[in-house]
Order: sequence, then structure tokens, then C-alpha cells
Amino acid sequence: MRQRPNYLAGFGSLIWLFLVGLPLYVMLTATLRTQSDYSTSGPLSFPAHLTLQNYLDDFSNGFGRDFLNTIVVTVSVVAIVLLVVPPLAYAIIRSRHRTMSTVFRIFLLGLAIPAQAVIVPMFYVISKAGLYDNLVGIILPTAAFCLPICTLILTGAMRDITSELYEAMAVDGASPARVFRQLVVPLSKGGLSTIVVFSALQAWNGFLFPLVLTQSDSTKVITLGLYNFQTEHGVDVPGLLSAVMLSMLPILVVYLFARRALVRGLMGVGGK
Amino acid sequence: MTSIIQQLLAKSARREPPTTGSRGDPGGRSPGYRSTAGSAAGADRRRAVRSGVGATRPGLAWAVPATVFFTLFAIVPLVLVAVLSFTSWNGIGTPKLIGLSNWSALWHDPVMLKSLWLSALLTTLGVVVQTPISILLGVWAAGHQRNRAVLAAVYFVPLLLSVTAVSVLWRALLDPNFGIPSDAGWLFGDGNLLGTQSGSIGVLAFVGAWQWTPLHTLIYQGGARAVPQVLYDAAAIDGAGTVRQFFHITLPQLRNTVITSMVLMVVGGLTTFDTVLILTQGGPGTDTTISAYYMYQQGFLSFDFGGASAIALVLVVVATLLSLLMVRLTGYDRMQSTAEGL
Repeated sequence: MRQRPNYLAGFGSLIWLFLVGLPLYVMLTATLRTQSDYSTSGPLSFPAHLTLQNYLDDFSNGFGRDFLNTIVVTVSVVAIVLLVVPPLAYAIIRSRHRTMSTVFRIFLLGLAIPAQAVIVPMFYVISKAGLYDNLVGIILPTAAFCLPICTLILTGAMRDITSELYEAMAVDGASPARVFRQLVVPLSKGGLSTIVVFSALQAWNGFLFPLVLTQSDSTKVITLGLYNFQTEHGVDVPGLLSAVMLSMLPILVVYLFARRALVRGLMGVGGK
Repeated sequence: MTSIIQQLLAKSARREPPTTGSRGDPGGRSPGYRSTAGSAAGADRRRAVRSGVGATRPGLAWAVPATVFFTLFAIVPLVLVAVLSFTSWNGIGTPKLIGLSNWSALWHDPVMLKSLWLSALLTTLGVVVQTPISILLGVWAAGHQRNRAVLAAVYFVPLLLSVTAVSVLWRALLDPNFGIPSDAGWLFGDGNLLGTQSGSIGVLAFVGAWQWTPLHTLIYQGGARAVPQVLYDAAAIDGAGTVRQFFHITLPQLRNTVITSMVLMVVGGLTTFDTVLILTQGGPGTDTTISAYYMYQQGFLSFDFGGASAIALVLVVVATLLSLLMVRLTGYDRMQSTAEGL
């Protein structure tokens, strides 16, 4: 089967290529032309002359600030996840404590909680905590909702460490902390990079929590910026689409340099 | 017989990053002979390890930070959503207990009933459109030819964009005055796709498929690569063509993958929210007001947070029940291996 060409699927894949390629072509060309050129010549034509003005305009309209806010949120979310998930996964794999299976079950239950369902109580909790319209108020729930999938991914990676290695460490009289530092962390690098990419994607692309938990310009993240741009200046398509391009740029860079880790992280996104 | 094979498969999976012998083992036994080849010295050592086992295992404390954090920001809100559904709260001040009135209002709310129906319709459309395309593309992309790898890289670009960016992009592309419809009138008529119910539902289903088909293609690609080549070789000897091989080997072998992908589609479809907010705002009228969007509208636009919580609870319960039902009906919970009988 693998040797013979599969014409039906090959044809289907060409159609799909067109469906993906056309919008990307329109997006790319639109960002490189003036607004009047876009509306008079139509989106499918090639721009009369190329300009980077739209990108510059985005930055003078505060895109740089949104970008910085999003970086702060993303770095903090990844930091929280890296701080709490590896010890948790290590305990789930190795601890013999009675309550550990209950702990694991709490996180499995967490897999089934859609973030959409808790935005009202989250709004309540964050307002009562005095964190409304504060980046911390976005960071904490976003990180919390990364935990179930990250735990699942990392325990999966840690299960691959053979018990002989633990035994060898035990013979050397290593403490749990040393086993964790010298054995568990180095041998689960693949899983660790997956959870970093996954939680970074969740934070970078997150829209729901910023939408309901912030309101001012100073706490705006990129996704919210795109939404506001569209509701306020929706006619400026080139400006809007260049903001979309800028928002995807960091992910594109990761895609080019760490495709494997990114794809694994993306698969995790679907699990949410 | 089959159980032995399964155990072997599981064992080989567990050994995946091959350990180079055992550290400090004078015999240098190969990893394949784990316990049987143990020398007397090895047995002594294992006994010593077992007696001192408590010291090397992590305690409960290692799990505490993550568990406390997760309980505070995920489990507590989940409990609160149930509590809030029995209260009246406008977003400021303290919620007041009002008993069952949110629930009885919801029961008699025609928009709620319609929103559930619309959620079911959009979810079904998503499954029906995306499943065949992603199976076809996934199986095709599972081949190892170079051109497929390059094309596959292009397919996955929609996944790099956030849901927000995808919705904003399509909203601009489908604009009746400045978007593609204005350039291709022969295809789109007057081009006001979002002005009718069928048009907006079509757009929502299309944009959802555009964004998520690559993900499911990835899932099916992984599934198709795991199908043992032996099966295809055997079928080829028996003279089965590509089509018969697809229906009699590939599809049955992908059973578990299909269920995984469908559960994701159903839960994702029921909670679709950003796409609706950006593309249609639930309109025209309430014609695309699906339940997740109705919840947002009731809470954050009409400030009826009690009623919104009731809708949220309905969503959680329906999504959980549906995924459990799908897992049960298909026997996925028994985790039957597709390698059975090999």
C-alpha cells in the first residue's frame, strides 16, 4: 500500500493545501499593502507596491505593550508549571503514600473541566482576591488549567525511567531530592520540553481569562488586542492582519527551530 | 497468548530509552535479562535496596504545592459554579441565595433550549466534516515520502494561530465589502454570509474545521504510523487492493484513535466560544447563540451571573456525560489493544 500512489488522498491533500494556502496568501499580501490598495484592488490581487507601514502602525498603536504583557504572562505561566509539575509527577511515579492515588485522580478530574465553564466563579474568586485587571489574575488561572495535561505528559515521560536506575541511586544513599535532581530531571528532558511548549502556547494564545479578568489597556494581552482592534477598527484589514501576523511570529520561530517539541505541545492543546 | 504479547509490548514500551546495562553491575548483564540473570551479588543488593526503600522515595510533600494551587484555581471554582447557580449576583457586591429560580428560569427559557440544539448541531457538523478529511489526510501523511513531509508542514500552519487570530482572520477574509466574497461574486452571491442562519452556521463549521482539522490529522497520522506493516504485507499477498486494505486494515486498526479524536471534537465543540464571539456574536438574532456563548452573554453582558453559572453547570455535566458515554459505548475504557490476535 505504501508503495502505490493513493490518488484520492493525494487529490484531497491538494485541496487542503489550497484551503490553507489561500488565506495565508491573502493575509501576507494584505499586510504589505496600503489600506486603500487593499479595498480598491481586492484581497486576491497582488499589491501594487509593498510597504511595511502597517507593521509600524501596529507598534505605534500599542502593540508593543500588548506584546510585553503577553511575554510576562507566558514566562510566568511556564515558570509556575516548571516549579510545581516536575515534583508532582515525581511523587506520583515514585511515592508509596496512601493519598497519592487520590491526588492523581484530582488531576485526572481536572482534565474534564473546560475553562469556559468556570469563568463566572473565576471572575468571583479573582475579584475577591483583588486581582481583577491585574496580570497576576490572568497568570494564576492560566497556569492552573495547564496542570492536568502537563502532569499527564510528564508522568508518561518519567515512567520510562527504569527502576534499576533508581535502585542504583538508592545504593549510593541518595536522598529523594538528589534522585530528583540527578536522575529524574535529566532523564525526562523530552517531557519537560513538551510541557514548556504546551504551557507557553496556552498562555500566548489564551483569550478567555484575559477577556473576562482584565479591562484596561495597561493589562491588555495580544489576543485581547486583536479582538479590540477588530471591534474598533475592523475596516483597517491590513493593520489588523499584520497584528495577526505579529502575534503568530514567536510561534513560527519555535516551529522552525523546535518542530518536534512544538508538535507534541500542540497535540496537548487538543487534549484540553 | 495474546496477553503474553501485550505484556511484552508493554515491557518494551517501558524500556524505551535503552539503559546501557545496569550501573555498577560487574556482570554487565544485558537489559533483556532483568531478573533471571541476577547474580548472587545482585540479589543481595536488591534486598538491601528494598529494606532502605522508604528513604529514597519522595513523600507527600512533593505533591503539595501543585495540588493546593490546582485546588484553589480549578476545583474551588468548579464547586463555586454549582453554588453560584443558586444565587443572584450582578458582578458587584455579594451573591444572594435565591433557591431554584435560576434553574426554573433556565428550564422555561426558549433561547437556552435553542442554544443546546445549536451546540449539538455545530458539534455534529464539526465531527462529520473533520473526521473523514482528517482520516484521509492523516493516513496519507503517515507515508514516509519527502514531499508529504513538506506538505504536512504547511497543513499545520493553522494550528500555529490562536483561535482568536483565526477568527479575526476569517472575519476579515469573509467581509462582504472588502473580503474575498467581493472579489469572487460568482461563488458567494451577495457575499453576506453572516447575514443568514445557514450562512453563519456554515462559516462557524468551516472556520472550526480550518483550525482543528490539522490537529486531528496529526492524531490520525500518529495512529496510522502505529499500524503494523505485517498486516499490509499479508493483505497484499492475499491480493487486496489499496481501497480494501484501507477499509479492512487501516480503519479497524484506527478504532481507538477515532474515539480519542471524537471525544476531543465533542468536548471542543460544546465549549466553542471565542469563534462565535468574534465571528457572529451569536447572531443574526440568536441564530448562532450556542450554549457556551449564551453563558458568556448572560454573565458578562447582561450581568446575570447566577443564570450564567446554571448554564455553565449544564455544559460541564453534558460534556462529561457525553465523553463518558462515548468511552463506554465503544469499549475504549477496557483499553482493548488493536494488537490483539497478532
